[in-house]
Amino acid sequence: MTSTHLDPGPHDLLPGADPIRLIDPDGRRVPDPAFPVPAPDVLRALYRRMVIGRRFDRQATALTRQGRLAVYPSAHGQEACQVGAVLALGEADWLFPTYRDSMALVTRDLDPVEALTMLRGTWHCGYDPYAHRTAPQCTPLATAAPHAVGLAEAARRRGDPVAALAFLGDGATSEGDAHEAFNFAAVYGSPVVFCVQNNGWAISVPLAKQTHAPSLAYKAVGYGMPGYLVDGNDAAAVHAVVSRALADARAGHGPALVECLTYRIEAHTNADDDRRYRDDDAVAVWRERDPVTRLERLLLDEGLLDAAAVEAVRTEAEDFAARTRDGLNADPVADPAELFAHVYAEPTAGLREQAAALAEEVAE
Amino acid sequence: MSVTMGQALNAALADALAEDPSVVVFGEDVGPLGGVFRVTDGLTAKFGEERCFDTPLAEAGIVGTAVGMAMYGMRPVVEMQFDAFAYPAFEQITSHVAKMRNRTRGAVGLPMVIRIPYGGAIGSVEHHCDSSEAYYTHTPGLTVLTPGTPADAYALLRQAIAAPDPVIFLEPKRRYREKAEIALPVTGEPMARAVVRRPGSDATLIAYGPMVATALEAAEAGRAEGYDLEVIDLRSLAPFDDATVCASVRRTGRAVVVHEASVFGGYGAEVAARVTERCFHHLEAPVLRVGGLDIPYPPPQLESHHVPDAERILDAVARLQWESRWTAVRA
Repeated sequence: MTSTHLDPGPHDLLPGADPIRLIDPDGRRVPDPAFPVPAPDVLRALYRRMVIGRRFDRQATALTRQGRLAVYPSAHGQEACQVGAVLALGEADWLFPTYRDSMALVTRDLDPVEALTMLRGTWHCGYDPYAHRTAPQCTPLATAAPHAVGLAEAARRRGDPVAALAFLGDGATSEGDAHEAFNFAAVYGSPVVFCVQNNGWAISVPLAKQTHAPSLAYKAVGYGMPGYLVDGNDAAAVHAVVSRALADARAGHGPALVECLTYRIEAHTNADDDRRYRDDDAVAVWRERDPVTRLERLLLDEGLLDAAAVEAVRTEAEDFAARTRDGLNADPVADPAELFAHVYAEPTAGLREQAAALAEEVAE
Repeated sequence: MSVTMGQALNAALADALAEDPSVVVFGEDVGPLGGVFRVTDGLTAKFGEERCFDTPLAEAGIVGTAVGMAMYGMRPVVEMQFDAFAYPAFEQITSHVAKMRNRTRGAVGLPMVIRIPYGGAIGSVEHHCDSSEAYYTHTPGLTVLTPGTPADAYALLRQAIAAPDPVIFLEPKRRYREKAEIALPVTGEPMARAVVRRPGSDATLIAYGPMVATALEAAEAGRAEGYDLEVIDLRSLAPFDDATVCASVRRTGRAVVVHEASVFGGYGAEVAARVTERCFHHLEAPVLRVGGLDIPYPPPQLESHHVPDAERILDAVARLQWESRWTAVRA
């Protein structure tokens, strides 16, 4: 793997055969000439955010069982991908998340209730995208990837040092919009990083039925952009590679595709039954490769974190879960009049008539 | 000055590019070639590759990247090369373009225009002649405009580009080369308003886009048959200008909706229903629809049987239960 440059040959763009890994599953450093392990304060931040993110994810799952959320797609197991990539973003960069990236949203410092608004069902997107430079969570697969390209391209044309990070799943790489986004970005040289969280499953369909490519990162070379294959359960590796890709993008070297190999520990959502299509044994193997434990081991072994600090992070995570719980346990207030407020900048005459009719219906 | 509809559209794009630095024009072949219909002719030469540029050949990508650009403060004006070639972008249009403002509680508006040359009667082969307006008008959040004259082509496109919400701008491609004596720029009526193109007292022909000229032709020919026909040009299909249309129908008591698209499930059904609901006690006859046949668009050798002409419109006018008028007069 070499760094990107403006006119790379095809071999410079290919991912390595083995995923980039900076910390092994036992919490030991793996030397990599191309990617240094992030500094201790970055490692501590990754750890802290993963612990909070996992607790948040568990809380959201529990709230779904209690009927407080309409549905919740868990990101348990994918903490290193979401936290590693989001913490690589600069303040002015943009994030384009999918429905499985609520953990990424709270890592981007969104309010947990705002982050869960769509899944709660009180509105579609509960946050102001401009406040956090975070696009609405996207449900139709890969369709936000061209938006990320367009936004990044607009920034490039204006001379702003802004990059966009678009999350995709492994299944989404089969969609036409993923192809079109990759191609447009590469042709324009847009400052966008496509981060594929390959968690092995598109609901019930395994990766083998999704692609015949040697890896999803391999697809990048066909578009003329670098592809990076990364251990998606290694937060240090995800952070290092995405940081590099974002920096290259902002510096005018164009887009990149980063495939993070990870695993979806839970079913697709609470409404899914994964016993119909996979064995517990396979899940158990991946539980052993836990991304949070891995980083915790390194931090404790190297003395970068002590037991008190671990405890402090856990307390902080509990507080965050409580805040999430309290926010979502409050009965939601949804105003039917708002249904007409945002269809157009100004409601049409027809919408005003319907709003009046609905108000009467509600009053009855 | 004699101006074609194509030239008026070109002037509207040029003037918008000159006045607003956030306007960008892109699509397939819109750069040095100037578009397959030459609507973007000369824009790249005048404003540079940064403002008017060719894209890879992928409609979802064109519309999807326009969404991202609009989110960042640009005003993209994109071209779909032909009606049927816009379908790959349908998901982007219905799931994102139409919904972004609503999804984000008003935080993210998308000021963008999707230009689509539409309709047939140009002697072209399959997939180049669809009247796809109903797909778009059925989608809340979209504004759907279609000009019937060169002056409106300019006025409506300028208003569409300046609008805060996304506009599907349907250009009647068979009328691109038709001329009018006008001096640009023109302001025109507000874009949400229908206009009476020809006043009349016996019945109202409600038309839009390519059928405005055909309806006017029918109204002219109708004089010889004793009908004084009013012609309304809708201009905006969504939102629909109930006030202008209903005022006319209440006066004439009879109405025919004319469009090129197939009649079944078409835009005319919505117009007929609305007019009936609002003008029932003023109607002397059911609102009739004149449109294309309920068939896939035919090959060019047969298209004249599909596309409505003045004769088909006047046949419908003749079926508007005129006997009731004579009965009333006799009584």
